[in-house]
Amino acid sequence: MSDASNWTIFVNAALINNFVLAYFLGICPFFGVSSKLETAVRMGGAVSFVMLVASVCAYSINLVLEAINAPHLRIISYILVIASTVQLVEMLIRKLSPATFRAMGIYLPLITTNCAILGLALFQTNRGYNLVQAVVFALGAGAGFALALVLMAGVREKLDLASVPDLAKGTAVAMVVAGILSMSFMGFAGLGR
Amino acid sequence: MAIKDVSSTDEFVKGLWRENPVFAQVLGMCPALAVSNTAINALTMGLATTFVLLMSGLSVSTLRNFIPREARIVSFISIIATFVTAVDYLIQAISLELHRSLGAFIALIVVNCLILGRAEAFASKNTLGRSVLDALGMGAGFTCALLSIGVVREVLGSGSLFGMPVLPDTFQTWTVMVLPSGGFFAMAVWLLVVNRIKERQAEAEKLAQEATS
Repeated sequence: MSDASNWTIFVNAALINNFVLAYFLGICPFFGVSSKLETAVRMGGAVSFVMLVASVCAYSINLVLEAINAPHLRIISYILVIASTVQLVEMLIRKLSPATFRAMGIYLPLITTNCAILGLALFQTNRGYNLVQAVVFALGAGAGFALALVLMAGVREKLDLASVPDLAKGTAVAMVVAGILSMSFMGFAGLGR
Repeated sequence: MAIKDVSSTDEFVKGLWRENPVFAQVLGMCPALAVSNTAINALTMGLATTFVLLMSGLSVSTLRNFIPREARIVSFISIIATFVTAVDYLIQAISLELHRSLGAFIALIVVNCLILGRAEAFASKNTLGRSVLDALGMGAGFTCALLSIGVVREVLGSGSLFGMPVLPDTFQTWTVMVLPSGGFFAMAVWLLVVNRIKERQAEAEKLAQEATS
């Protein structure tokens, strides 16, 4: 069991050990969807929501798996639950806002293979968080993911207007931007202890 | 038949350079950046991923006629998750220390888009032999890419290679390279190098074409 306070867990997940910039989780949508600010905000929201649901699901599954003494089924059951959650969110978004659905395109189903979500489920199990801590952890990680995505999108919108050497266009320059963002997030180290 | 032989070598070679998963397709970035802080971590991760790629390619290709189209993604993921669990325990048995330094990233091989991508785009449509070659090629390409990032980061970040010191003591280590941001920078530099080589190749081809025409 972990005895960290809720505030520490939140700040840790959102800023100090930001999922994208410190753990490299969820890099694909981070580069894929971050070219426009509006899409980035929506994607951040969708991922945060899936994270929250997945975290609660993973917590309950882990209780069952521990009760029947079958930890080797952890990875397979987590991923199946995440896949169904994503399907659910996809259907919800399609019903509630078709425009958002079109804007997110292929990246919506790809949340399934977003390592940030499985990573979240695995980390919370490894660290032995209880239910409240797990929910706080998911909220923090979601906020951190959305923050990183929005910051990146903001920078990349400006970057469109800058003159970048042909060779570095696209992924290479995005990498450098991400590196600098990641460096600035290191400044949060020591907060929340 | 001769044509088929040529293309089956190609099945292997394409993963190394032309369709290199990391540098050309930009797939599987999370492990490529996260565990490439030392060369040994990068190598382990590369081999583990290759193993999962190979085994899942084998299974998917064998079962491709029995899996209904609607349920294919779920089936693929279950197959991949099974082998990842096996690798997880295997690495734990070989070296507990290595397992600890890779942490949750071994389990995260499940969500490596590269593996699901190959299962969906290649193994589910091709014969066993070709799928195995494709998996081996992609795995080798992935391992090389990871290793090239890992070597740069370890040499510059801690002045050593596979844990052995290679640079003189007077060398001021670049701490930033072992930190997360170093992963992004090393990757950016490699992408630039790869882009430059590709550009030169394209120029050379263009010149050759002009010369013949």
